[in-house]
Amino acid sequence: MNQWKNFSKGFIKDNPVFVLLLGLCPTLAVTSSAINGLGMGLATTFVLLCSNIVVTLIKDFIPNKVRIPSFIVIIASFVTIVELVMQAYSPALFNALGIFIPLIVVNCLVLGRAEGFASKQGFISSVVDGLGMGIGFTFALTLLGAIREMLGNGSIFDVKFTSGDAILLFVLQPGAFIVLGYLIALINKMKKTS
Amino acid sequence: MAKKIKSSFINMVLTLMIITMVASLALGSIYNLTLEPIRAAKKAAAERAIRLVLPAFDSLSSDTLWVRIPIDSTLADQGNGGQDSLQFFRAYKEGRLAGVAVATFSNQGYDPTQIQIMVGFRPDGVIDSTVVTQQKETPGLGTKMTSPEFNGQFAGRDPANFRLLVKKEGGDVDAITASTISSNAVCDALRRAYRTFESYKNEGGIEE
Repeated sequence: MNQWKNFSKGFIKDNPVFVLLLGLCPTLAVTSSAINGLGMGLATTFVLLCSNIVVTLIKDFIPNKVRIPSFIVIIASFVTIVELVMQAYSPALFNALGIFIPLIVVNCLVLGRAEGFASKQGFISSVVDGLGMGIGFTFALTLLGAIREMLGNGSIFDVKFTSGDAILLFVLQPGAFIVLGYLIALINKMKKTS
Repeated sequence: MAKKIKSSFINMVLTLMIITMVASLALGSIYNLTLEPIRAAKKAAAERAIRLVLPAFDSLSSDTLWVRIPIDSTLADQGNGGQDSLQFFRAYKEGRLAGVAVATFSNQGYDPTQIQIMVGFRPDGVIDSTVVTQQKETPGLGTKMTSPEFNGQFAGRDPANFRLLVKKEGGDVDAITASTISSNAVCDALRRAYRTFESYKNEGGIEE
């Protein structure tokens, strides 16, 4: 398998948010600002990478019928590790992301990649897939967060560029759906023309 | 690829047992490793908040002081969310009491997450400043409770003649636009802090 293709598919062609539509619940909830999107994306990438590695290493020892519970335990452990380490060494980021870190467990992107990819592919492919998907997810979340923050708060990465109020709706939940819808439409158009 | 292990009962039980055992072992050791740093980080965060809300001081009393919340009909939540006392931090400058920081809270926010506020009182009961240390209000609306503009209105006020209620309810506090619930919650937390501070003072807690 071409590893570059495997890595780059996460950006546009198989982007977890815009094309696969995986893990939408945390996506919509956390992207009220660019920095939240970026932090959540990076934390998810770490969990995704670690769980992909472990799953691909032990896939031959797991009986088929209990593979899903096994994957869930592995993913949940990594999420808890991220949470504890972040709380200890980066309390500011932990406060900003708060309840969204435990939510990574229920992000079907992580389980989806473990089940759909890492449990069938070799070690290198799984690492590359985890990285590519994670970066694609981070990119999508940051983009979504940046647009919502720009429209809804008049700032980007907490740097104000307009004074006064902006269109608050975009920071609230409906804004997440609207922006995501338009971005998906845009990506579909780009895919068709290319 | 090596041959997959069969899904027999004993295999499944063994696999799950091994995986959960390894996972709990890993989690247990990580928990022990991070226990101290997390405690230190929390303590540092509390100290930072105390420094923000009190006038300059040079030492902080190290003992933990919990003061009972008095019964008060003006509190929105009479049961105080099951918590019966507030934590007080006494700060000293050159051996004299410079102020008391009170870690107060309210469960009346828009989000079920408890709102936590550190309030600094000078010995005479005047609020020095306030800082919101925990909140999960609506981004762009209720989260403005952390802004200097909102918190600034409490600085230097004496709650004895500055009513800690939003203007709509006959108080002196400018509410955040479109966030009356969040503003009320802040007032609720501050009232709780002030009543508790007052009862502590009346019992002779503030003595030079």
